[in-house]
Amino acid sequence: MMETRAQKCWKLFFSMLYISAFTFGGGFVIVTFMKRRFVEELRWISDQEMLDMTALAQSSPGPIAVNAAIQVGWKVAGFAGMLAAVLGTVLPPLVLLSLLSLGYQLFAENRVVSLVLRGMSCGVAAVILDVAVSLGLGVLKQKQWIHALIMAAAFVAAFFLKVNVLWIILSAALIGVLLSLRSRKGEKAP
Amino acid sequence: MILLELFLSFLQIGLFSVGGGYAAIPLIQYQTVDLHGWLTEAQFMDLAAIAEMTPGPIAVNGATFVGLKVAGIPGALAATFGNIFPSLIIVSLLAWIYRKYRDLPVLKSVLAALRPAVVALIFAAGLNMLLQVAFGSKTDLSPDRFAWAPALLAVAAFLVLRRFRWNPIAVMAACGALGLLLGLAGVPGL
Repeated sequence: MMETRAQKCWKLFFSMLYISAFTFGGGFVIVTFMKRRFVEELRWISDQEMLDMTALAQSSPGPIAVNAAIQVGWKVAGFAGMLAAVLGTVLPPLVLLSLLSLGYQLFAENRVVSLVLRGMSCGVAAVILDVAVSLGLGVLKQKQWIHALIMAAAFVAAFFLKVNVLWIILSAALIGVLLSLRSRKGEKAP
Repeated sequence: MILLELFLSFLQIGLFSVGGGYAAIPLIQYQTVDLHGWLTEAQFMDLAAIAEMTPGPIAVNGATFVGLKVAGIPGALAATFGNIFPSLIIVSLLAWIYRKYRDLPVLKSVLAALRPAVVALIFAAGLNMLLQVAFGSKTDLSPDRFAWAPALLAVAAFLVLRRFRWNPIAVMAACGALGLLLGLAGVPGL
């Protein structure tokens, strides 16, 4: 059954509302939840597109989650979809922070709150690693040694050498340009 | 006019924070503490803690917090809108370029090289988060800081996600509840 654009917008709005309301810790966390929702559950976008969108969201100015929501919104339901997704992303922090600012000191020093948050950050680590393992296996399955090499090098650079994310993305893009030049030369040769 | 000032301040923060929340924090500090004097140094520290502890993008949380303090709900809306405005324009444009030209050989090759790099970045983010919950720090990994309980909780959550494909938000909620129970029972590390 085909969904109408309005139905898709509602689904986008509520998906983002739900994801934004329950995910702590910013960009990559929200993107991993979006991948579970839009790629695996709703099947609106492919694995590859989600990765492209993540790269774009990461290397554009502004909050990563908002940047990713803009792209998913446009892709699924055009301008209205973009607005629905962005609204869903910013509404929970707006409402929650407004409520919290009434008594934020109490909240920040509350022992129950801090215990729940500690427990939840264990879950966040697990969710991120789960998505990364699924995506990583996908890359290895393509059996392109150069892509496996990029993945390994990017990991060493990010995790051990603490290289700025932007440099890693720019370097990978440059490798992509060089690879396309090389393959074009290969085509011209008789 | 204060609303316009808030809008423009957070517009600059949105425009110059490439790479998400952690890049935005120093910019928020410059605009709100040093330049406009909207917050004191201590209030800013509260903002940073709360923005990280509450769901949603860190910069949007910060915008709401500052906007509320300076000009109530209209202030929160002006600051939040300012913060996401550059994204709306720039990312929409990039999304359009992506959809129009992603089949060009050069761009295809660039995107193919970017995907494994993004996978590696997500994996590194997840591992850093795991270190954070197990050692209470991403950098100081001395063995006496290691806590079994949060590390085991994260590994168990990971296995549940991989094996049974639970909904990630359910996994996080379960981790939060377990964190609270174990913490109240006096288990170290929570």
